[in-house]
Amino acid sequence: MAVDLERILRPVDTPMPSFPPKFMTLAGGEEMVIRQVEREEIPDILPHVEKLVHVERDFYDIVAARVYAELLGYHCHRVQDEYVLVAQIDGELAAVVNGRRMNADQGMSYHTLSLRRGLRVGAHAFAAKMEYHMDILGQKEVFIVAESPIGFRRWMIEYKLEKRFEVAHELGGCPSWSLTRGLFEAARHDLVVGRRPVPEHLLAKAKAAILKPSDPPRPPEDLLAATRSQNDPTGTALMLHAWALEGRK
Amino acid sequence: MREVYAIGLGITSFTRLEYPVAEIAAYAGMMALRDAGIREVDHLYVANMGACRLNHQSGLASAVVDSLSLTPAGAETIENGPASGASALKQGFMAVASGLHDVVMVIGAERMREVNNLEATDFVATLTHPLSEHIYGVTLPAMAGLFTRLYMEKYGVTERHLAMVAVKNHAHAMDNFFAHLHEPITLAGILDSPEALTNNPYIADPLRFYDACPVSDGGACIILASQEVARKQGKPLVRLAGVGQATDTHAVHEREEPTDLLAVRRAAEQAFRMAGVTPQDVHVAELHDAFTILEIVESEEVGFFPKGQGHLALERGETRLGGRLPINPSGGLKAKGHPVGATGVGQAHEIVLQLRGEAGNRQVKDARVGFTCNFGGFGNNVVCLTFVRED
Repeated sequence: MAVDLERILRPVDTPMPSFPPKFMTLAGGEEMVIRQVEREEIPDILPHVEKLVHVERDFYDIVAARVYAELLGYHCHRVQDEYVLVAQIDGELAAVVNGRRMNADQGMSYHTLSLRRGLRVGAHAFAAKMEYHMDILGQKEVFIVAESPIGFRRWMIEYKLEKRFEVAHELGGCPSWSLTRGLFEAARHDLVVGRRPVPEHLLAKAKAAILKPSDPPRPPEDLLAATRSQNDPTGTALMLHAWALEGRK
Repeated sequence: MREVYAIGLGITSFTRLEYPVAEIAAYAGMMALRDAGIREVDHLYVANMGACRLNHQSGLASAVVDSLSLTPAGAETIENGPASGASALKQGFMAVASGLHDVVMVIGAERMREVNNLEATDFVATLTHPLSEHIYGVTLPAMAGLFTRLYMEKYGVTERHLAMVAVKNHAHAMDNFFAHLHEPITLAGILDSPEALTNNPYIADPLRFYDACPVSDGGACIILASQEVARKQGKPLVRLAGVGQATDTHAVHEREEPTDLLAVRRAAEQAFRMAGVTPQDVHVAELHDAFTILEIVESEEVGFFPKGQGHLALERGETRLGGRLPINPSGGLKAKGHPVGATGVGQAHEIVLQLRGEAGNRQVKDARVGFTCNFGGFGNNVVCLTFVRED
């Protein structure tokens, strides 16, 4: 008797509402659209992510490698209840964010990969992801980790995340931080922006194609150009300072 | 006094650098030696504000002179807060002008990002008065915020004018390979759109994120020499023609009029007088825009525009590249970056480059007189320089 292995291997997805697309003006004046992508669009994203696996700075290599795998997991129906959002500027891919619905009340944030440096592109995309968990899926908390000091500053510090170190994050081998509904509401005014509906011409351009980024992250060219420290102390110092003021430990 | 010429230029990227501060300085020095086509100097001045505290490196000049294999040349470190760079150039000028030396190297270098941002901000805040300012938590952004609010009330400068300075200087920096920020911004993005408050939050009301310069590492070098040496070199003759320095009260509230930057005014007058030029003769200037308000105010105090009207000249487009008097074609401290000890030398580097005609896409056409203003403390120690192209 033949067995349909795909039925066994493929997890059953919970019906999830879609992320309503939104747009915003960046500091550079460009308008960025953030929308959810379906599985059919993943092959269009993979080549742009793959290039960043070879950028050995600011943890681009490890984040891109992991995002690549997660996108494949989504595309091949091997991760249950995963979603992927993209940010596009004039059709060009600017950021990829993803995560997963763990259960009705809890979400698991996977990654935020920015392909356009500066201008808070990654920060806006992350905020959209949290908006999806909280406002669209109606969840109570989202578990988050960060690979890089930049991520630590943007998520753990800017959102004042709580430690939930007893929860093992699905990225593996690292303790989780949590964005609770209360923390999200406190951050919403300052950090979660965007307007809906997206003007038709912007949305049409974004949906027509996911274009190659024109200025992706690259290894530094100059001998003494910027490199990021693996041990940037700014984030932890800011966090400890803020916690001391709040009486947290 | 002998005449003094700039014969060699060197600079690093102003950004985050993962090298010891002595190496940052040495790299800029090496580039300048190569530019000048020389292998020896008589003396070395190194401008630096924070190596002792931030980088555990005292006697920086002694380290750099050895790194560059320039021993047994004399060397000393010059510290005058953010005006260290121009102060070191002044020392170099005096050494050559007096006849003590024929060729001196002046390097400015800083590595601020070895520490976290809180420590860097606190370190810079040590410029303020210890008992009447610092002890109450005043930082330089806070001081600039207070100053800006007064200036807005007195002269009608608005947040839009501040944002215009930032937009202008970010645009200028796009043509500067060594600038810290290569990030064009717009008024829509940082001021007018619904997302502007998130893109550009307040850091010290009324100053916002894009009103303040980044925290940068970097180094810059100028080699100064006598006329005899300069003429042999075969490069365009750019003379350091005027030097001016003035001080003011340490505590800002002790000034008769807190919105007057008298040290800027007096230092500029000296620099112009020594060079035999007036503010109206200047073709290009690098002013100390650690905060956008300072570019506007300094442009008035040095005499480019009447007091209280600098923001109007900005509105008319006079201070952008292509305008009547381009200010901060390098991107200024705002977008080029502000490694404090290096800044004054970096400003002079840009002006010499402009007067040589080597500034590429940001070249100011027919520039023959250039000016810099290096602002120490909160305007309590200011050094201004005037450069003139002679051939």
